[in-house]
Amino acid sequence: MNFNYTLIGQLLAFILFVWFCMKYVWPPMLQILEEREKEISDGLDAASKGKRELEEAETKKAEVMGAAKKEAAELINQANLRANQMVEDAKSKAQEEADRIKESAEKDVVQSMNKAREGLRSEVAVLAVAGAEKLLKAEIDQEANASLIDEIAGEL
Amino acid sequence: MANKELNSTDYIQHHLQNLTFGECSDGEWRFADGHINFGKDHEAHVEQKDYTCDVNEMGFNAVHVDTMAVSIFLGCLVSFFFWSITRKASVKNPSKLQNAFEYAFDFVRGAVNDTFVPKNNNIIGPLALTSISWVLAMNLMDLLPVDLIPWIANGFQASNMYGPVHYFKILPVADINAPAGMALGIAVLIHYYSIKNKGLGGFVAELTLQPLGKWALPFNMIVEIPGFYAKQGALALRLYGNLFAGEMIFILIALLFGSFFESVSGAMWGVLGILLHMGWAIFHILIIALQAYVFMILTVVFLNQAHETHH
Repeated sequence: MNFNYTLIGQLLAFILFVWFCMKYVWPPMLQILEEREKEISDGLDAASKGKRELEEAETKKAEVMGAAKKEAAELINQANLRANQMVEDAKSKAQEEADRIKESAEKDVVQSMNKAREGLRSEVAVLAVAGAEKLLKAEIDQEANASLIDEIAGEL
Repeated sequence: MANKELNSTDYIQHHLQNLTFGECSDGEWRFADGHINFGKDHEAHVEQKDYTCDVNEMGFNAVHVDTMAVSIFLGCLVSFFFWSITRKASVKNPSKLQNAFEYAFDFVRGAVNDTFVPKNNNIIGPLALTSISWVLAMNLMDLLPVDLIPWIANGFQASNMYGPVHYFKILPVADINAPAGMALGIAVLIHYYSIKNKGLGGFVAELTLQPLGKWALPFNMIVEIPGFYAKQGALALRLYGNLFAGEMIFILIALLFGSFFESVSGAMWGVLGILLHMGWAIFHILIIALQAYVFMILTVVFLNQAHETHH
């Protein structure tokens, strides 16, 4: 083992290389690794957060869907009820209307019958008088005639 | 490689010698005799001057050029590689290369976070990453054949022939200076943090007042102080020893290739050498990676101990 100045040279070279590594290699590399570690952990956090949010959204979706289904069913039910009611209403209204029209038509008929009867009665009276006048060809007391005619008319 | 006139001992010693640049006996700094054979050094080598330029005479005043060149080249390569990945790194759209680097980065970060208790220390991470990557890169040089670089540098001739680069050890960690230099830096940090976190008194007390209390102070010092420094020394020696031993086996295996083209039996030894080299290399990959990892982990553990205020 022959020690000589090589020892000092090696020591200086070692110091130089360590200094170089300390200045230009270690810190930037460490920073990159730490940045990546942080990014990965952030990413994992974000992923688990996203998963949780997705789960929440799923349950919320199920809730909303359930409520909507219920509401829709209710609406349909109501609509059906209402439709039935409307049909019933329309039916009864139509029935009423029909009854009314029928009634008024009957009334009309009765009225016109009465009218016709009245007309006929008066005409028959006139005809009877005329006939009687012609038959009798006599002068008859107008007053006695009138009462007679009225009597006949009343009997008609 | 092993010529007829070059015996095995010479070959092994040749491969245990670093390419050395140092202070020669005339006080000038020059490559050691015969290490580099071109230019002025070549002439000096050929002319046989009146001074000697022997590695053993240089003592501390020398530099192992091969160790320095290979380790600094690898350190720059690793640093530049990491920097180029980091520069283009993105959070959301990482490239394949970035993914691979992040895996390694996270491995180091995990090891540091598991072992190192104090937070907000911005030196331990880079220190660990640099330690493991640089040591791994240097250790991997062990897998290159021991004669490869001299062979290429000499224009594809064996290095013991007369070539420009006679000596070149490709493996920096098989030179004690490389791991010791790193361990020295870590030892400085251990002292710094110990004194910073425990106070000078606390640091000294830890070495003198345990485990038996103040009345057994000499005993405590004998137990604790060598233990404290042996840890730091062992950090270097463990790496050096493991890789040096591995390199030694490769050198011994390389001896078998010596007369590959010379005779039938030489060729057969060569084939055996190839198989052995492959087997040892496969096994040695484990040691290469393991020692780099151990060096990093122990660095982190020792620095963590320097932060522990209670024992």
